[in-house]
Amino acid sequence: MARWGMVIDLDKCDGCQACVVACRVENNVPVVGPEQTEMGRAISWIEVLSVIEGEYPHVKIRFIPRPCMHCDRPPCTAVCPTGATYKNDEGLVAQIYPRCIGCRYCTNACPYTVKFFNWFKPEWPPQVHGFNPDVAIRPVGVVEKCTFCHHRLQKAKEQAKIEKRELREEDYVPACVQTCPTKAMYFGDLDDPESTVSRLSRSTRAFRLLEELGTEPKVYYLSEGEWYGGHKG
Amino acid sequence: MGDIRDSHESDLALFQPILQTGRWFTITAGALGAVVAWAIFAWLYQLTHGLGVTGLNRPIYWGLYITNFVFFIGISHAGTLISAILRLCQAEWRRAITRSAEVITVLVLFFGVGNVVLDLGRPDRALYVLWYGNPRSPLLWDVTSIATYLTASTIYLYLPLIPDIALLRDRVPKWRGLYRLLALGWTGSERQHRRLETAISIMAVIVIPIAVSVHTVVSWVFAMTIQPMWHSTIFGPYFVVGAIFSGIAALIIAMAIIRRAYHLEDYLKPVHFNNLGLLLLVMSLLWFYFTFAEHLTTYYGGEPREMAVFSAKLFGKYAPFFWAMVVTNFVVPLVILSNRRTRTVAGTVVASASVTVGMWLERLTIVVPSLANPRLPYARGLYMPTWVEWSMMAGFFSMFILLYMCFTKLFPIVSIWEIREGREKGLAETRERIESYLPPGEGVSRE
Repeated sequence: MARWGMVIDLDKCDGCQACVVACRVENNVPVVGPEQTEMGRAISWIEVLSVIEGEYPHVKIRFIPRPCMHCDRPPCTAVCPTGATYKNDEGLVAQIYPRCIGCRYCTNACPYTVKFFNWFKPEWPPQVHGFNPDVAIRPVGVVEKCTFCHHRLQKAKEQAKIEKRELREEDYVPACVQTCPTKAMYFGDLDDPESTVSRLSRSTRAFRLLEELGTEPKVYYLSEGEWYGGHKG
Repeated sequence: MGDIRDSHESDLALFQPILQTGRWFTITAGALGAVVAWAIFAWLYQLTHGLGVTGLNRPIYWGLYITNFVFFIGISHAGTLISAILRLCQAEWRRAITRSAEVITVLVLFFGVGNVVLDLGRPDRALYVLWYGNPRSPLLWDVTSIATYLTASTIYLYLPLIPDIALLRDRVPKWRGLYRLLALGWTGSERQHRRLETAISIMAVIVIPIAVSVHTVVSWVFAMTIQPMWHSTIFGPYFVVGAIFSGIAALIIAMAIIRRAYHLEDYLKPVHFNNLGLLLLVMSLLWFYFTFAEHLTTYYGGEPREMAVFSAKLFGKYAPFFWAMVVTNFVVPLVILSNRRTRTVAGTVVASASVTVGMWLERLTIVVPSLANPRLPYARGLYMPTWVEWSMMAGFFSMFILLYMCFTKLFPIVSIWEIREGREKGLAETRERIESYLPPGEGVSRE
C-alpha cells in the first residue's frame, strides 16, 4: 500500500496562490465573505502563509503553502469522540462529514490548525456555476479539511482497474500539485524509494513542520537555509 | 396542616417552604422564567443559523460554552463530594447542609452536559457519541464519568430523601400521589433505617472516587492534547481542587439565600458558615499553590510556544482576566476568611461570590489563551462572545436557580429526619465517640 505524501519546495514557491484557487474549485470550498473572513472564519484547505523576516529596510517575505499534514501519528484522530476523523488504510487523515458532531475537539488538538468548521450553511457567490460532482458539499456544523483530493485517488484506482493494471504514480495527483505554475509541489508514494517525493524527502534541504512533536507529518518542505524561529521545523 | 403544627412544632420551619409560597417566590420565579425564555429564543436562533452566531472562530474554536461546561461541572462538586466526605467523617455539623449541597450537584451536572450540547455544531447528532464511540477519545471518557456521577449522585440525593418524603406523604395535603410513589413504602421501622444507613454509607464511599474522576477527566480533555499550557500533568488534581473550591463557594451562597428566604436561621447557623469558610480558605490556599506551581514551571522552562500563552495570560490581552482571577480566588478569600471576625455569614458569602467569579475566570483563562496562541504561529485570533452566548449563560444560571427554588417547594431543603436523628441519637453518640478518643481521666469520666 502506498504512503501518499507531498513535498513542497519553498525555494521555488512565489506565493501566487494558484494552489489555493485550484483547491477551492476542486473541492467545492465555500466562500464566507469579507465580514466572516475578518472574524477568522475563512475556509481554505490549503493556505499560503506569509512569513515576514527582518527589519525595515532589510525585509524579506517568505511563503509557505500549508495543506493538511496527513500525519502518520495524527493528534486529531485520537480525540474524535465518534471516529468521524480517522486515518484511513492509505494513511490519509479522512473526515466523515455525516458522522461529525461538530465538537471541534479535532480542530483544537491539531497543532497545525488545518481543520476548518462550517459556522453557517455553506454559500457561494452567484458567479460560481456548478460544482465538482465528485466532492460532497459539507453541511453546516461539521469540520472539514484537506483530503489530498482523495476522490482523485478513487477515480485513478477505478481507471486502473478498468485498464487491468497497477496504479501508477502519475495517476493520482492533488489539484494543488497539478496546478502549481512553478512546479514547487510534488506528490507521490513516500514508501517507494524510487519516487520523486521519497527522494526529495531525504534531501538535506528537507524538513517538516513541528517535527519535534512526533506527529510524523507526510508533508515535507524543502528550503536552503533557515526557517521560522531561526531553525528549520 | 393543623396536625403538623401539633406534632412537629419544633421543625415547622422546615415544612414551611413546602406549605406556603410567598409573593417574592412568585416574583423571582417569574423573572428567572423570563430570562430562561429569552435564552430558549437565543438557542432556537443558534439552531436555525448555526454556530456562526457565536463569537467563535479559527483558531478559538472553544469559548464561553466550554468555559461554562467546565465551570458547572466544577460547581457540581459542591454537593455529593462535600456531603460524602462530611458523612464519612461523621462531622455532626453536616446534618443541616448535606441536602442543599446534594441538590446543587444533580442540577448542575445537567447544565454542564447542556453546555456541551449547546457547543456542538450538530446537536442533532449528539447521540453518535454513543453509537460510534471512540474509546481513545477523552470526550468519551467524559461522557462515561459524568453519566456515572449523575447516576450515583442522584441516588445519593434520593436515598436520604426517602424518610422525609414519607413524612410529607403522611402530613402534607399537596402532591400526595407523588410523595406516596417516591416514599417507596417507607414506614420508618428499625430495619428500614438500618438498611438505609448502610445504603447511604456505601453510596458515600462510591461517590468520592467517581467525583474525583469526573473533574480529572474534564481536565484531561485539555491535557491530553499537545497544545501549549494544556498539555500538563498537574491538570487533573488542579481541576479537582478548583472544582471543590468553587463548589464550596456555591454551597455557601445557596445556604445563605435559603437561610434568609425561608427563615432557617436556627438550622443554618453561623457555625456552618464558619466551618465551610475555613474549608474554603484551605481550598483557596491549595488553589494558589497549584496555580503558582503550574505557572512557575512554565516560566522556568521558558519553552517559546508555552511562553506565548503564558505572556498572553499574565501580561497580554488576557492579563485583566488573569489578575482579576488571582485577586478574587486568592486575595479576597484570604483576607476575609483568615480573620475570625470577618468569617461571618456575610463575610463568607462575599468571599464565596468572589471565588465563584474567580473560578469562572480561571476556566476562561485556561480555555481561550491556549487556543488563541497555537503552536504554529500563523493563525491568531481574538474572541468576543456574542449576545447569543451571553444569553445562554444567563439562561443556564437562571434555570439553575429556578429549579433549585422548585426543589425547595417539593422537598425539605434541610433533611428533617437527619436533624431529628442528630437530636435523638447524634448527641449521645458523639459524646461516646469523643470519650473513646480520650484516655480515661478525671475530666472525662466526671462529665
